[in-house]
Amino acid sequence: MDYTFQFGVIAKHLPYLIGGAWLSLLLAFLAFWAGAVIGLLGAMGKTFGGRVLYRVIDVYVVFFTNTPALVQIYVIFYGLPDLGIVLSPFNSVLLGLTLNCGAYLTEIQRAGFQSVRREELEAAETLGMSLWQTVRYVIAPHIAKTLYAPLSNFYIWIVLGSSMAGIFAVEELTGRAINVSSSTFRTIEVFTYTAGIYVVLTVVASALLALIGRHAFRVKARIF
Amino acid sequence: MIERIVDEIPRFFTWYNTIFFLQAMGVTLALTLIGCGLGSIFGFALVYGRQTRGRLFTPVRVLIVGYVEIFRRIPFLVLLFIVLFTTEGFGVRVSFFGIALIAICVISTAYISEIIRAGFEAIHRNQWDAAEAMNFGRVATLRYVIMPQAWKVILPPAFAYFVMFIKDTALASQMGVLELTRVAKIFNDRGYSAFLTFGTCLLLYFILSYPLTRFGQRLERRLASSRNR
Amino acid sequence: MPHLEIADLSASYEKGVDVLSGIDLQVERGEILSLIGPSGSGKSTLLRVIVGLLPPDSGRMVVDGTPVNFHDKRSLRDLRGRCAIVFQQYNLFQNMNVMRNVTIAPTKIKKRAAASVRAEAEALLEKVGLGDKHDAYPDELSGGQQQRVAIARALALKPEILLLDEVTSALDPELVNEVLDAVRVLAGEGMTMVVVSHEMGFVREVSTRVAMMDEGRIVETGTPEEIFDRPSAGRTRDFVAKILRG
Repeated sequence: MDYTFQFGVIAKHLPYLIGGAWLSLLLAFLAFWAGAVIGLLGAMGKTFGGRVLYRVIDVYVVFFTNTPALVQIYVIFYGLPDLGIVLSPFNSVLLGLTLNCGAYLTEIQRAGFQSVRREELEAAETLGMSLWQTVRYVIAPHIAKTLYAPLSNFYIWIVLGSSMAGIFAVEELTGRAINVSSSTFRTIEVFTYTAGIYVVLTVVASALLALIGRHAFRVKARIF
Repeated sequence: MIERIVDEIPRFFTWYNTIFFLQAMGVTLALTLIGCGLGSIFGFALVYGRQTRGRLFTPVRVLIVGYVEIFRRIPFLVLLFIVLFTTEGFGVRVSFFGIALIAICVISTAYISEIIRAGFEAIHRNQWDAAEAMNFGRVATLRYVIMPQAWKVILPPAFAYFVMFIKDTALASQMGVLELTRVAKIFNDRGYSAFLTFGTCLLLYFILSYPLTRFGQRLERRLASSRNR
Repeated sequence: MPHLEIADLSASYEKGVDVLSGIDLQVERGEILSLIGPSGSGKSTLLRVIVGLLPPDSGRMVVDGTPVNFHDKRSLRDLRGRCAIVFQQYNLFQNMNVMRNVTIAPTKIKKRAAASVRAEAEALLEKVGLGDKHDAYPDELSGGQQQRVAIARALALKPEILLLDEVTSALDPELVNEVLDAVRVLAGEGMTMVVVSHEMGFVREVSTRVAMMDEGRIVETGTPEEIFDRPSAGRTRDFVAKILRG
């Protein structure tokens, strides 16, 4: 036991760490939404496209969901320059996380599509609903309900996953934590604060998502 | 680029290097298996502790809930650093493998306890009531009544979590554990092309993960359609 | 000395919201007491308290001269050794076949010899008319059959007091009688029973005494004739009138 905790010393670095947290959130946000678009296209392609398209998308999904995001980013960061494509660390991580998100969100959104049952569409047609009304009253609520919980969980997952950027010296939360710990040597304190900030970030995100879910989709979500 | 890779291949896939990669694959698998295996045991213990009743055990329950909520919200990478620096700071000598293992345990315990809890909650309240009214203790209730029914609910997500952790162990490379990602990085640093080294690495992860994913999906379907016994 | 005595007992699921208040009840040895009353009046809750599933907030309960301490494991174990309950939803263990449902508690909890427990179980299953269903699983049985297994399972515990909680209300009408017949046989054997039931004809036929409950209280007790033919409390009159009309 030769370690004396000095949390006070690190307190003055807190604003710097929190500044990094914003970048973490931005990274997660961008990857999530870009991934959601890819996922939507993927889910539509898999559901409505032909056999070939299905296979192509499936290969993409299976490959990215069965290999580590970190190694994928290594390929992007160290490999692409061989092809003459040089991406900044931030862009490399963003691209890697986005492709990952796209693969997972393809599967999640496809499950949402599949939750809409044919009988309900027929019922909507019998009631004389227009296409827009069918989407508005039948399809959208269904998809929202099925997707809400897995999407919320996935969003938390991507916030935590964005910490990988620290490995590539991106100055998000984990990257800045590494910086502070190597300049102050108060390693345990720095990473404890960092962990605390991640907990706060995800708790706030969960709480917001739960609120949105309750009001927009009438989903009863537990915040914890 | 293609010529470069073709040129490197004979030098890259030597007997020695191949063994190096296969051993690394073994380390990746060992980290996942031991880490999540221990995590399952501890996770079960947490669920057991969370089911205690009475005011006497309130601190135990609060601690368990706090543990589960906090450690599901800390990135694995950050936890790896915390374990590394804590053991170093207190002068405890732990191998890199040991550090990664501790971090995996800490996180998987939190996640798997939630999976087990959800499994228990899926068993109808009346099964617990009947057991209690017939004088079953907590251990007997779990052993004879709850576990035989709940394992079918618990196994598929727990298995999926194991398989997912195979990929997450890649972060242990940052601690210097000689697992797949670390070994690929070493070769890349020696000058082999990133497509070759990390490509091989991705392929090996895929070989580990994909069959297990498929097996897990089949398991889930089988258990979902099987009857309750 | 009454077999089961309850004095000034109150219980609640949430603090402050009493589901039972000021219950006084005495059940003599060999007596069959029926609890009647509108749904939500606390009948089932009272049975849950008696078998120790819901610790009361206040009051006393004495079984066979021994006061029950609901916060002491030994005392609870002793209580449940004397009382057995049959639930409305049968609550059979879904992972066990009929025979194992009946024998599990005597062999694994009471640690009795497997052979003699099995012989008793066979006799009990015969008695409830399920001698040919030893290997069936609950999900292969009708509701009536499941409920008869549940009765056999309760009897295998050799209880002094049997609690029946609306044992027929989850059943299709045509299955009600097979379960009631099984209970009639027991009633004839002189076991102490506390029965919650909506089958008024049955209550009148088998009960030695009837207690009318409303809003968590016992409003009236008496012989079946007194309760059904000459109810004195206003609420009992309303309830009985409604039953007779309905």
